[in-house]
Amino acid sequence: MSFNWFRYSSPQTFYPLAGRLAPFFWIAAVALTIAGLYIGFFVAPTDFQQGDSYRIIFIHVPAAWMSMFIYVVMAGWAAAGLIFNTRLSSMMANALAPTGALMTAIALWTGALWGRPTWGTWWVWDARLTSELILLFLYVGFMALHASIDDPRRADKAAAILAIVGVVNVPIIYFSVKWWNTLHQGSSVSITRAPSMASTMLLGMLVMVFAFWAYSIATALTRVRGIILERERHAAWVAQLGTE
Amino acid sequence: MQWGSVGEFIAMGGYGRYVWGAFGVTFALMAGEVVTVVKAHRASLRRARLFTKRGDDR
Amino acid sequence: MRDALRAVFLRDILQAWRRRADWLTTFFFFIIVVSLFPLGVGPEPAILRVIAPGILWVAALLASMLALPRMFASDYTDGTLEQLTLAPQPLSLLVLSKIVAHWLLTGLPLVLMGPLLGLQFGMAPDMLPVLFYSLLLGTPCLSLIGAIGAGLTLGVRGSGVVALLVLPLYIPVLIFGSGAVEAVGVGTAPGGHLSLLGAVLMISLVVSPLASAAAVRVALE
Repeated sequence: MSFNWFRYSSPQTFYPLAGRLAPFFWIAAVALTIAGLYIGFFVAPTDFQQGDSYRIIFIHVPAAWMSMFIYVVMAGWAAAGLIFNTRLSSMMANALAPTGALMTAIALWTGALWGRPTWGTWWVWDARLTSELILLFLYVGFMALHASIDDPRRADKAAAILAIVGVVNVPIIYFSVKWWNTLHQGSSVSITRAPSMASTMLLGMLVMVFAFWAYSIATALTRVRGIILERERHAAWVAQLGTE
Repeated sequence: MQWGSVGEFIAMGGYGRYVWGAFGVTFALMAGEVVTVVKAHRASLRRARLFTKRGDDR
Repeated sequence: MRDALRAVFLRDILQAWRRRADWLTTFFFFIIVVSLFPLGVGPEPAILRVIAPGILWVAALLASMLALPRMFASDYTDGTLEQLTLAPQPLSLLVLSKIVAHWLLTGLPLVLMGPLLGLQFGMAPDMLPVLFYSLLLGTPCLSLIGAIGAGLTLGVRGSGVVALLVLPLYIPVLIFGSGAVEAVGVGTAPGGHLSLLGAVLMISLVVSPLASAAAVRVALE
């Protein structure tokens, strides 16, 4: 059985594959979002401590998870592009970065709106919030570096090195921020973890996690198709596509 | 179902501002990203066709 | 091997000596930034004493970042860097000796100047040596981490990008460095912070020359 794993690692074969896959993920994202919102707003009960403000976690937690997960996946693709010299891997990393940054921004925004009624403040320099903010900076650095180098292959490699250094740094940053935060406990509000959650709350959150997952894949696939066309403009198969 | 009326649903037990602020901005940002991504792909496709026709960049 | 490393090191020092104004810029930038804070915050000694470690450390971060473009830029334009990649010695070690030279010229002056500026902020006598040691351990980390950013941004459009890359990576150094001094301020031992700073130094000593060398190679492609 000779299944060629690298068959889809060339932009030419991946472009149509991504085009076929994307609609499924778009549909899954919409369907799961509707289901998740229904569970979140109509099935899950009001929390006895936080009232209805807790419903923000149905988007806050998925966004925060995705923001971290996408960074690791992005760095993985970037590293693969650097090591195996595959253009498509670098393009995937490139396609994921804006979505990851968006997820980080959403996590910060919803965190602020959740924090205001729950802890009485829009922002605290808590370890988790601060790390999330730094994660946003890391995404911005990755995109800024890629955008500032004209030669795409060079930009891919430079950004990949930065992403790998970033991944090495993320645990150190998280630990240092946590350490910093515990030493300044007096000035910060102590944040308790989400209250013991009813199973319907947990279910709603999980469905929303999968919705965000599908959404991220769908946007990344669509974005990578655009990137492929831009970068492979001189290839014969794109020319053929153009005449259709 | 814990909502007696549409008004109660919108009020979110007094937290309407926060809840709808969070959900509204999130879905607005996501919708914006979807539009940008789809438009970018279409623009790339158009540029690729133009490139094939003329044989040069722009 | 050692000769090659020494040659690279001495060459960088000599070149810097011929263009002293470049390196003095970093030094005075540090002093000026630190001096701006009392003017912005107000001269109350009690407030200044509390924020002094943070201010000195943030100023050190900015000053060392300001000096980064000079680490490789002139060697990149005149082709020296290309020659270094062709040398039989591992590029990462050659880059390391450039980083050491860079630290001596930009980091060490900050280390020596830090305690003096600390006096201006009314730091207690027992905080000054800790400030000195934290800068002594921390500024090499800044040069090492910064070298990665300097290598990655060789020949890019726009000059501000290096700040976006490097400053987030500097954060642990900032936290442990100013934390050590603050610990003394509130009467606890600074040992933990300094040890962690040492650990960051060890990690960056391993990771940074490799990553910087890779970055330089990408820039020269």
